[in-house]
Amino acid sequence: MSDLLQPIRNFFTALKFITKGGTGYYAWLAFLAMLIVYGLYSYITQLDQGLIVTNMRDQVSWGFYISNFTFLVGVAAAAVLLVIPAYLYNFKPIKEIVLLGEMLAIAAIIMCLLFVISDMGRPERGWHILPFLGTMNFPASLLAWDVLVLNGYLAINCIAVFYVLYKLSYGKEYKMSFLWPIIILSIPWAVSIHTVTAFLYNGLSSRPFWNASILAPRFIASALCSGPALMIILFQIVRKVSEMEISNTAIFKIAELIAYAMGINLFLFMAEFFKEFYSGSIHLAPMEYLYFGLHGHSNLVAWMWLAFIFNLSAFFLLLRPKTRENFFTLNMACVMIITGVYIEKGMGLIIPGFIPGTLGEIYEYGPSAVEKSVSMGVWAFGALFFTLLLKFALPVYTGKLRFKASESGD
Amino acid sequence: MSKKNINHICDKPLRRRTLLKGAAFGLTSLALPFGNADASVWESFFQKHFHQMNKDELQKVIARLENEYKEDYGKDFNIKSTKPIDGVKFGYGLDLSRCIGCRRCVYACVEENNQSRDPQIHWISVLEFEKGHRWVNVFEEATKYYNPHTVPEEGYFYMPVQCQQCENPPCVKVCPTKATWKERDGITVVDYNWCIGCRYCMAACPYGARRFNWAKPQIAREEINTETHYLGNRPRYKGVVEKCTFCIQRTREEPGTYPACVEICPVGARKFGNLLDPESEIRYSIEHKRVFRLKEDLNTSPKFYYFFAT
Amino acid sequence: MGIPLQSSYIRAMGLVMMFFASFFLIQYLHVSDAFSSDDIPDYFVPPPPFSEGIYPCSDCHADLEVNETRRELDFHEDIVLKHAEEQRWCLDCHNPADRDKLRLANGQLISFETSYHLCGQCHGTIFRDWKAGVHGKRTGYWNGKKQYRLCVHCHNPHSPRYKPIEPLPPPIRPDELKYTKSEDDKIPRNPLTSNYKAERKDVKEKH
Repeated sequence: MSDLLQPIRNFFTALKFITKGGTGYYAWLAFLAMLIVYGLYSYITQLDQGLIVTNMRDQVSWGFYISNFTFLVGVAAAAVLLVIPAYLYNFKPIKEIVLLGEMLAIAAIIMCLLFVISDMGRPERGWHILPFLGTMNFPASLLAWDVLVLNGYLAINCIAVFYVLYKLSYGKEYKMSFLWPIIILSIPWAVSIHTVTAFLYNGLSSRPFWNASILAPRFIASALCSGPALMIILFQIVRKVSEMEISNTAIFKIAELIAYAMGINLFLFMAEFFKEFYSGSIHLAPMEYLYFGLHGHSNLVAWMWLAFIFNLSAFFLLLRPKTRENFFTLNMACVMIITGVYIEKGMGLIIPGFIPGTLGEIYEYGPSAVEKSVSMGVWAFGALFFTLLLKFALPVYTGKLRFKASESGD
Repeated sequence: MSKKNINHICDKPLRRRTLLKGAAFGLTSLALPFGNADASVWESFFQKHFHQMNKDELQKVIARLENEYKEDYGKDFNIKSTKPIDGVKFGYGLDLSRCIGCRRCVYACVEENNQSRDPQIHWISVLEFEKGHRWVNVFEEATKYYNPHTVPEEGYFYMPVQCQQCENPPCVKVCPTKATWKERDGITVVDYNWCIGCRYCMAACPYGARRFNWAKPQIAREEINTETHYLGNRPRYKGVVEKCTFCIQRTREEPGTYPACVEICPVGARKFGNLLDPESEIRYSIEHKRVFRLKEDLNTSPKFYYFFAT
Repeated sequence: MGIPLQSSYIRAMGLVMMFFASFFLIQYLHVSDAFSSDDIPDYFVPPPPFSEGIYPCSDCHADLEVNETRRELDFHEDIVLKHAEEQRWCLDCHNPADRDKLRLANGQLISFETSYHLCGQCHGTIFRDWKAGVHGKRTGYWNGKKQYRLCVHCHNPHSPRYKPIEPLPPPIRPDELKYTKSEDDKIPRNPLTSNYKAERKDVKEKH
């Protein structure tokens, strides 16, 4: 009898760890919950009225939701940056924290899926896209590919994270023979989720701004900046609020890798910028809209230059060991990179696909109140999920939380 | 709660009950009314893809839809599912030297094809270009919002754009659920009960031809056209994509009337017929006039030919 | 035996000659009467668009003297000739002797119902396109009977340039597109003129 009850008892042990915390922790949870409720309320309005409550229209048929989705796929994919040195080169300091990256990837993918669902006109028909159950248009549609790779990536990371946590929580060593194949698979898979997402836009000949082969490489490069930058900040928070030790060496190593990725990102950007402006064909229009404004429409111009300046400054800050290893400048660089890439690969990527439209129309899009609050809700949900996951995982990792194995168990 | 209310729970202005329900059961309960759902809602939810239904299933679905439309619009609907005619591939011609930009076609199409009046949906966009400026592939110079007292305006020419019925349609390729496809007679159609509203097809269409129902489409009862086709002009739903079907409900008949836009055009600029019939008007136009198709460099191979008759 | 043979021979000869004769006859007819050509469509929707009470012309003109001089017209003040007016005057197209007919350049008389022959004299390429169904408006069935219009249904023969018309309203701009849930009578109506609707009903009934 006690064997059967043991998992339940373990569950409550976990729950105790998750729900215990200081006022800061509760305030944080309450804050997220508030955003989630407000986002949910906005989403219900959207379900009720239709997507008319967004500012998307036929002219700009994707907007803020898909922008956020694209950025978050990058964050999710970036977990690979930690996995590679950790497992392939056995770089010890990073290896210990790779689990955090994978957990971030899980949260990011969940947010991605929520953003896609928020963008759907008929979310209740979502099952139509599934293989076997529905009529998935595989391999023709890149969106079908994206559904497969994103969910696959979610599954891989979940398996890896929960396997490690499961073993550790019972005080056992996890087996590398089990973990290895998953890790080997996860590296190309992480690249694939972002490549497929890039191809989703890249394959559309109707949208010259997206129809450039540099898009996928740029996606990967910028993902390798924003994801790790987010992690550097999270690591510092984690080691402050928990007993988990994250060495400075690991953080600085990651920062160095970001610098290289940003260098490549800036180079690819320059290549595209040169090609468009020097050749000056009619396909220049979206780029012109982004950086100089088109026919008096210039909503994104300031944002794009801000993103560029942020990316460039962060690159130099992270390149010089002196500023890289100073936590003030390091954090500043990380915030600048997250903001810069968020602009560049969010609105800065999606909107110029639609401006000017295929029939030359310019409709200046900006997210509506509903879009903003639903997006905030999704972000808050992701943050809440990640927080609770950490709250459970960190004590397991540091050995504070240990389940009692049932007697008959191995 | 009456049958009708259940069907349109999502379409009512937000009420407290709806909100509470949403909070209580999670989001799904809004889209799928659990508990007090009647059969129609579930049948609608589990309705199969158009191609997966056999004849009987399709007839059942059509009967259910006719019922739903009757409840909505208070009229008897006839929903056909006529198959393509053998040996027919539809083609369209538009004589740019004739078009005067009067937009009769836009609204004849709205009338025939039950486009939403609020929020407004037009399948045809008539673009106005300044003569002597850039050629029609530089659309930035064009506007569809021109509104002079009379047309044609001195110094301008007009180019209506609608679905080009590509032989190689990018919209079909990208649809993740196969909810849109090209029929044997060359018409690209949408199954409005299968579309998930992801709008990938709208991003893929180089001609801005697809329209999304951003809200529940509204049409006055007296203006609704009850002669419909399942893949054509039957009333649509909130959150799905729609497009020109060359008036499939009219043209796919023997004999079949011309599409509404052809029928109304006061200057006879619009030509329509069977591309496989050497005697057809459309073939005559292609063989005797200097025709061009929009954005040929994209290799979509439209079956919509623009030409200059003189 | 010889006689029946001969008669059948003659009969056969007769048939051959008749065949040739009819062939020439047809050829001759074809040349002399351009109106019986097969490629002329035979199905017109409305009759010629006369102003009310103007036809038959002979009602007035039978008693009037023929005056060929170029002048300000007394009765037909609504007619302003803007159609190669330097080269032509009324009686180049209207038949002086019988005003209910039109007259081609070669002197042949045609009815107002077949006025396209008159137009086709100068506008040969357009006439050709019209016959093929490419110039001008066509209604009816794309794979069945088609309804043609006369040239004069769209072009005033005295001033043929197509007159500007009022456009229907432009579409709503994306930033102004809003949704207001409305009662049936508040839903915006289609601005299409009612004559199209009548015409559509017409086509359906004929079907």
